[in-house]
Amino acid sequence: MLNTLKQVLAVSGVSGNEHNIAKTIEEMVGPYVSTIKTDALGNLIAIKEGKAGGKRVMLAAHMDQIGFVVTDINDKGFLYVTNVGGFAPEAFLGKVVTFTDGLQGVVSSKAPSRGPADGKITMEDVYIDIGTSTRAESEAKVKLGDTACVAHQLVVNGTRVSAPTMDDRAACAVLIEVLKAAAKPNKTIVAVFTSQEEVGIRGAAVSAFAEQPDEGIAVDVTLAGDTPDAKPRMAVSLGKGPAIKIMDRASISTPYLRDALIKICEDGGMAYQREVLPFGGTDAGAIQRSRAGIPAVTISIPCRYVHSPVETVDLADLDDCVKLILGYVNQ
Amino acid sequence: MGRLITKLISSVNETENTELLKKLLEARGVSGDEGEIRKLIREEAEKRGAKVEFDALGNVIASKEKEGKKRVLLDAHMDEVGFLITGATGDGCLKYQPVGGIDTRVLVGRRVLVGKEKLPGVIGITPIHLASESEMETPLKHKDLAIDIGASDKAGAESDCAPGSTAVFDSPPELFGQNMLVSRALDDRVGCYTLLRILELDLPVSLFCVFAVQEETGLRGAQTAAHRIRPDIGLAFEGTTANDIGDVKHEKMVCECGKGVAISFMDRVSISNPRLRAALIETAEANGIPHQMRRGTAGGNDAGAIQRAASAVPTCTLSVPVRYIHGANGVCCLADIDAQAELAAQYLMKNE
Repeated sequence: MLNTLKQVLAVSGVSGNEHNIAKTIEEMVGPYVSTIKTDALGNLIAIKEGKAGGKRVMLAAHMDQIGFVVTDINDKGFLYVTNVGGFAPEAFLGKVVTFTDGLQGVVSSKAPSRGPADGKITMEDVYIDIGTSTRAESEAKVKLGDTACVAHQLVVNGTRVSAPTMDDRAACAVLIEVLKAAAKPNKTIVAVFTSQEEVGIRGAAVSAFAEQPDEGIAVDVTLAGDTPDAKPRMAVSLGKGPAIKIMDRASISTPYLRDALIKICEDGGMAYQREVLPFGGTDAGAIQRSRAGIPAVTISIPCRYVHSPVETVDLADLDDCVKLILGYVNQ
Repeated sequence: MGRLITKLISSVNETENTELLKKLLEARGVSGDEGEIRKLIREEAEKRGAKVEFDALGNVIASKEKEGKKRVLLDAHMDEVGFLITGATGDGCLKYQPVGGIDTRVLVGRRVLVGKEKLPGVIGITPIHLASESEMETPLKHKDLAIDIGASDKAGAESDCAPGSTAVFDSPPELFGQNMLVSRALDDRVGCYTLLRILELDLPVSLFCVFAVQEETGLRGAQTAAHRIRPDIGLAFEGTTANDIGDVKHEKMVCECGKGVAISFMDRVSISNPRLRAALIETAEANGIPHQMRRGTAGGNDAGAIQRAASAVPTCTLSVPVRYIHGANGVCCLADIDAQAELAAQYLMKNE
């Protein structure tokens, strides 16, 4: 699992520019599936046929990640940026960022070292320095609309792993392991590595329409409530198993699917947690409302420090997610 | 800039083209009440040999289909921001709800045209002589404002103008200054103009021009139209924010009047398809068409609805920069309208 995770964490893919990570995942899962394709919004769709008459289950993990987009370049070559996806800019000040073509820069703001005297940093205070001194120098390297994400870094402490893009590459790694392990599933797996989740669950919406699955399971990270004074209060902890989503702001999990997953955990003696997230949403929200409605649920990976450069998960939870999904597709 | 090529679209400065744009700007069409502008667009699209259909929301779909060719959806919304009349006060003034985003700071003292009969009205306020200091300093809310149509009581006002009718700003188009245009409804009749001009061409694509309803209230028309057409690509044609005058820093302008058609990379509801965006920029550069990037990500338009109306559709937005957008009087540069139409034409001509 750790090797798979490392491979998908190392490649960038800000929402709308997922082609690099899509190519990496395509190479990783290609040998294990019967069909693999991309669509016009950048989704990567990998299909593994099940037994005749079995249900088609869409498994969705988003490939895209939050990042910055260049909106202007000033006379001294600094890049003005805004956010792609939602996050607090403070969390990325002083960080190294990488553009799609590998160019690196550093993120700073009007008051980087001591913090602003007059309150919170907003995206309008933030800029990227790519080591240039003039507009022309920067224009030779970067175009308006180019995207950048925080540079890859990895910390492994036992089973705990921290990196900038656990949301949602941890789930991509889970899906890749499922595709490798499910030799002859009973249900047909339509694994969609979705695009543009962070900007409004867009890739999942169009791929669910196109693939018309019978059921949908989104795999995504959720907030862990086990850090000091964690807000919001969440009854979810790292290392205590997959969190089976009851609801969030985008969907209420279809009860029979939710209960079927819980039953698999209980029958198999596997750890699991029940999750209610007071905000946010996952691809399940888009799948559920596709066409005339598709039953959908989310399996969440507990994650600390979501939307920061040090998103942290427990490998044991990832392994349990793989077992749970295999249990469902083999039913 | 590349070489200047043979233009496919004659300039909006030519009399008949100016007249077409003016007619489009004069027609009423508040979201949900697009009847007048719809009728005009239908006539103009039919004159250009398009097959014209309506759908249940009121979209106009003007098509020139070509079997086996790429299905291209061009979208411009025909609705505009305005006012929905909700009733009358005891003294005969009309209460309203804004339709679409309207800043109350631009309303006070404005003349409006109410209902199909275009009755004159004025948005009133306490006379300056009587206003208290706190009234002068506090921004007004829509609920504090009303439209005076000269009626003497509630019954009179409501018989002249039934609740449910709509009103628009009374600010018709006029050319002024150096090749500039001032008018209400530039957002998005400039896009409607461009689509009608494109319909004059014989293009190597299967063309569907959607004149969409209810963009200003949530991209509603484009959603149903795109779902029905299921295009291979979608282009939205818009008027967009130009915050380019006064003491505004370059990075806050979004785009600038007179600097060409604005090409979007991202907004609140869509990210332009990278390949399509690159192809449009390349077409503009190869043909010497003035263009700029839209340097902001606020706002949203029909491209957001088109790209995920059914399965995925690559989209991009081409906009004419408009100052004071959503106000009584927007201002744009005629050359930017020409650039919008020419870029679309050149791109589509080579897009088999």
